[in-house]
Amino acid sequence: MSVVDHSAPSPEIRERFGVWRRSYAMLIKEFIQLRRDRVSFAMIVMLPVMQLLLFGYAINTTPHNLPSAVLLQEDSDLARSILKALENTAYFRFIYEVHDVEDFDNLLKSGKVLFGVEIPRGFERAVRRGDRPALLVAADATDPVAASAAIGSLGMVVQTALKHDLYIGNPPEMPFEIRAHARYNPAAVSSLNIVPGLVGTILTMTMLIFTALSVTREVERGTMESLLSMPIKPVEVMFGKIIPYVLVGFVQAFLIIGIGVGLFGVPVLGNLFLLALLSTLFITTNLAIGYTISTLVQNQLQAMQMSMMFFLPSILLSGFMFPFAGMPAWAQYVGECLPLTHYLRIVRAIMLKGASMQNLRFDALALAVLMLLAMTIAVTRFRRTLD
Amino acid sequence: MSGGNGIAIDVKGLTKSFGGREVVHDLSMQVMRGSIYGFLGPNGSGKTTTIRILCGLLTPDSGEGTCLGYDIRRDAEKIKRQVGYMTQRFSLYQDLSVRENLEFVARLYGLRDARGAARDMIKRLGLSGREEQLAGELSGGWKQRLALGACTLPSPKLLLLDEPTAGVDPKARRDFWNEIHALAADGLTVLVSTHYMDEAERCHEIAYIAYGHLLVHGTVEEVIAKSALTTYTVTGEDLNELTAALTGKSGIDMVAPFGTSLHVSGRDVAALEASIAPWREKSGLRWHKSSPSLEDVFIELMSRSKDNFQ
Repeated sequence: MSVVDHSAPSPEIRERFGVWRRSYAMLIKEFIQLRRDRVSFAMIVMLPVMQLLLFGYAINTTPHNLPSAVLLQEDSDLARSILKALENTAYFRFIYEVHDVEDFDNLLKSGKVLFGVEIPRGFERAVRRGDRPALLVAADATDPVAASAAIGSLGMVVQTALKHDLYIGNPPEMPFEIRAHARYNPAAVSSLNIVPGLVGTILTMTMLIFTALSVTREVERGTMESLLSMPIKPVEVMFGKIIPYVLVGFVQAFLIIGIGVGLFGVPVLGNLFLLALLSTLFITTNLAIGYTISTLVQNQLQAMQMSMMFFLPSILLSGFMFPFAGMPAWAQYVGECLPLTHYLRIVRAIMLKGASMQNLRFDALALAVLMLLAMTIAVTRFRRTLD
Repeated sequence: MSGGNGIAIDVKGLTKSFGGREVVHDLSMQVMRGSIYGFLGPNGSGKTTTIRILCGLLTPDSGEGTCLGYDIRRDAEKIKRQVGYMTQRFSLYQDLSVRENLEFVARLYGLRDARGAARDMIKRLGLSGREEQLAGELSGGWKQRLALGACTLPSPKLLLLDEPTAGVDPKARRDFWNEIHALAADGLTVLVSTHYMDEAERCHEIAYIAYGHLLVHGTVEEVIAKSALTTYTVTGEDLNELTAALTGKSGIDMVAPFGTSLHVSGRDVAALEASIAPWREKSGLRWHKSSPSLEDVFIELMSRSKDNFQ
């Protein structure tokens, strides 16, 4: 029966089920290929799991324990209890105590702290006299989301502080006021934060893909075999493949910043040359990472997928979409390993805060280390032979 | 230059396995300078692997030797400078023009005047007027010529050509071989793998490799003589019937049709003649004893090696 059927199917059956028969043949083939492609298979599982875990555990839009500094010009009991009260709000975590205005400003500029509390000289005396002195809280408002909740909590701090320690009697009104100052972005314009962030994000995406495909493309097209038979060293291949895109990235960065300044009125307060220099470093770091990816994968599809796997945490954990300071410690550690995290601090600090190289030493160094690490892996992974 | 003894390639006991499968087995060979050495054997016999070992693209699991006087294990970089390797698959950049491809190679080898060298090569290849055409748009024959041009551009001392004429038309193949002979006349050593018998016959020396084993080598005449094969050529009617009748008979190792004739070969002359005796007097069939062709020899070697190494 079945022998007859498939050796000579009647013309009507062929016609009626032709679509399904052929689709089925295609479907079977696709499943077989999917099963062979381990990386694609892993992506099917990894992507949703990674997204869920990152969104679920790492991201917090009302961040707590924000790194803060205090400029202590008077060491009094009152000052101590105010700091205590600030920490009790759970929004602030004092990690620096400075006595000099310049140090205080540099901490904010470099992004090491998001808040600075200034307790002026003669503060306690002024309170006792009933002068109602002002306590200055400077917030880094480059990321308005991160700062807003904490600023909002300041109103309650006075009462809390008074309840505990104030021995001035029973003040009918506020004995001092807290003056919050949103630095760098007082009007909380979100484009001021987003445009510099986009420079980093777009560069990450494009640079990564340019080089992630470069080696696999040569392997897939068969040109790698003759390239390997010629007298060129892995480092030379890498430099040759990275340098052209440094220029491309540079043009891209220039374009985004130009539009940001021209259309959105984003300022560039810092040194343009410094911005260009550190952007070049960031571009090169991403190209090196992309190149490393291309030495690890087998084909261009896998290269794209691995680039995505790198890009996703970069967006989520770098402080681009969500406040970096709001993430749990482990996520911050992961974030510190991503070049975008450091570049976001750099580009925001230079454009919005007018930061200098001195303020950005750590992040520049981190970028350089990540770049060298990626290059080393790439050169050692690059196969000189076809073994 | 070391190795002024006239030997370009001298390797002993090369062995290479991939995933537990031995692709090249205890292979030894010597190639004289200035000669054209043909590498023959069925698909998957280890020809490409051997060529890749010689130019440093693969490291042998065991075995040793020299290529142009340099140790194939230690001096891969030096060998690469003096060897032109033409891959089986077209491996120039399809999205670069003829000129750009040649200039790339010239720059990579550090030729002083890359543009000039590329220009001269375009002239020599007869590609003038097409220098701005993308390499990917060239026809099969031109692609091969261009690939050969790219290999010879840095003036190598040794050319390794892996099936350079596969899928190329007969005219282009002949031109290609004339070029190879011209290069050899200039003192270049050429190792070329091929499936074509006419090409094998244009080599100074040939080697037959099957399943990783080098079975026989020498000049074409030597290889034929070593085979100890006796061949009868039959012409006439009903050759299909004769083929069916003779196949598998004792003493008959191979029955192969060649156009309108049939080649009947065997290593044991007495047994062969005994088996064909009943057919020799049959009317309509003309028999005559001939020397085996190279193809007879190779097909016989191939069928024998299959038994041995499968």
